[in-house]
Amino acid sequence: MKMRRNELWQLIIIHFKELLREPGVLFWGIGFPILMAWGLGIAFTGKKETKKDIAVVNFGADNKLSAFLKDHAVMDNSGWYLLTVNDQVFGKNLFRFKPLDSLDATLGVKRGIYQLMIDNKGDSTVFHLDPANPEARLLQLQISTLIGERHEDDTFSGANIIPLEVRGTRYIDFLVPGLIAMNIMMACMWGMSWTIIERRKGNMLRRMMVTPVRRQNILLGLMTARISMNFVEAVLLMVFARIYFDIQIQGSLTALIMVFVAGNLAFTGIAILTSSRTSNTEVGNGIINFVNMPLMILSGVFFSYHNFPEWSIPVIQNLPLTLLADSMRSIINEGAGVAAVLDKTLIMSLIGIVTFGLGLKMFKWY
Amino acid sequence: MGTEYLIDAKGLHKHFKKVKAVDGVDFSLASGEYVALLGPNGAGKTTLVEMIEGIRTPDAGEILVRGRSLNEDKAALYGILGISFQETRFLEKITVFETVRLFASFYKQPDEKIGKVIHLVGLEDKKDAYTKNLSGGQRQRLALGISLLNDPEILILDEPTTGLDPTARREIWDILLRLKNRMGTSLILTTHYMEEATQLCDRIIIMDKGRFLAEGSLSSLVGRMKMPDVALFSVEGKIPDGQEINQTDPVIEWDREKGRGRCEMRNVATDMPLLFAFLEENNLRLIDFEHIKPTLDDVFLSMTGRRLSEEPE
Repeated sequence: MKMRRNELWQLIIIHFKELLREPGVLFWGIGFPILMAWGLGIAFTGKKETKKDIAVVNFGADNKLSAFLKDHAVMDNSGWYLLTVNDQVFGKNLFRFKPLDSLDATLGVKRGIYQLMIDNKGDSTVFHLDPANPEARLLQLQISTLIGERHEDDTFSGANIIPLEVRGTRYIDFLVPGLIAMNIMMACMWGMSWTIIERRKGNMLRRMMVTPVRRQNILLGLMTARISMNFVEAVLLMVFARIYFDIQIQGSLTALIMVFVAGNLAFTGIAILTSSRTSNTEVGNGIINFVNMPLMILSGVFFSYHNFPEWSIPVIQNLPLTLLADSMRSIINEGAGVAAVLDKTLIMSLIGIVTFGLGLKMFKWY
Repeated sequence: MGTEYLIDAKGLHKHFKKVKAVDGVDFSLASGEYVALLGPNGAGKTTLVEMIEGIRTPDAGEILVRGRSLNEDKAALYGILGISFQETRFLEKITVFETVRLFASFYKQPDEKIGKVIHLVGLEDKKDAYTKNLSGGQRQRLALGISLLNDPEILILDEPTTGLDPTARREIWDILLRLKNRMGTSLILTTHYMEEATQLCDRIIIMDKGRFLAEGSLSSLVGRMKMPDVALFSVEGKIPDGQEINQTDPVIEWDREKGRGRCEMRNVATDMPLLFAFLEENNLRLIDFEHIKPTLDDVFLSMTGRRLSEEPE
């Protein structure tokens, strides 16, 4: 019973109760990241069956493609010629050929319905495609292989393609650790900064301060509740990723926990610094976005940051969100251990300690 | 030994940019005393109590609480102070009980204290309600309850009843009067309701534009301003002609058409019998009679030319 009277304990459970009594918290904290992983994972991960639509001009004339389609493809009710190819490399491919006049075919290409237009001219088959579109290029190669129209310069042969099936190389493998990292940042910035600003605004912070409470416990309580919540969210996201996308932690669990703690330390520190002065929620909103937005864009949560200019890479790599996402990726996907992420862990901890100290110095309690 | 004050503050100044919120004020509070800081909005009441609470630093002056400087030991200070702000937004989805328990943990109070405090402010029915579902009066009572958790020697309440309806206000007054009788708590209360100040407090300090205009008990304040009592009455009968002014001391102003009279009495004990004697002599029968005592609002008006409820210009 002594525990129940402890002020830190009370501060922690009060935050927990607040979180859990807000139904939105469960959705945005847990459901949303999982949905995001699911959605993006589905969108960018190799599908088992792909469907490709191709426009065919001058169909029916005496030429190779027409003959090929009549022999091998099935015509459906709406005039499409369907051809399913089971390919060991590319999986199941459904090619749908649509006979059209050149005007409609061009229109379809412009609208993005077809990525490839094939024009039969006597003996030759002419492919129309955007050379900058790798998918169209691939489709052209597939079709030429199918109909035996491969040109000598097309050195790329289906048989020689080795698909990337190694764990950790899929987009979803890249995405999930990034999402966990981003979630930690968002939860700290909104969950902590916003809460502190709200409490200052409503006089609650000041009301607590005019009691004998120890001020560090007010922040410690908030941090503990937030980090525990982040932990639950991260675990649930990992479990989902494991079940749905078969993502496994290949590296050291100790290292992962270390990185998680350091990342949380960094972002709780930043959250306390950003919320140290203002009692205006609109100003707070601005400051929080000012921190979040650049990190979201630069830190390679969704896409690799290696497309940014060379000179900026070292800077980006040392941003807290990048440090957290990269170290999580190296543990989960590359099997890294404690030693490999030690430097990043230290930098994150340092960021946390410095921002926390600075925030505390500036902190407006009343 | 002399007078031992719980709070003794001298020469307090606090300026915000161009506003002199508190402009040279001495303040003291004796043990068991209920003091009201009465003044309109912007008078500097809140700034003054915030300095006493240790959450604002005075530009000049010194505040001693039980003979010790405020900054010496804040935790000890907050151990004996009970504070309620003008408005505190408690955590919305936390219940009354949980809120009190949180604060009880800050004071290291046992669980029994939580129930006692909730009972004291009459919130048993609302014990398990989220604070966001409380009415204004209930919220203020919760704030008051929290400020009583440590059985404070000094209670500092900043406009505890502003914006509340008369019933809710009355409920808070009752709690405070009970405290005074039972616990011997001292109170500093800021308000712009003169009724609140007169109902609750032994000493009233009238404050305006950062200064104390006057202080004392209600009667001494009124007496000092030599404000007359007023008798308002209606009569039946023939009001003596051409004679607006009685030959004796009190003056009667007549409204002959309506049969109404108004009489200012400098000394009620002697003037009142004179007035009644005059009415009887002239065969005037009283229909109604009202005795109006001067209020603090009148005092304030005569000092500043404004009413308490007016915003400062």
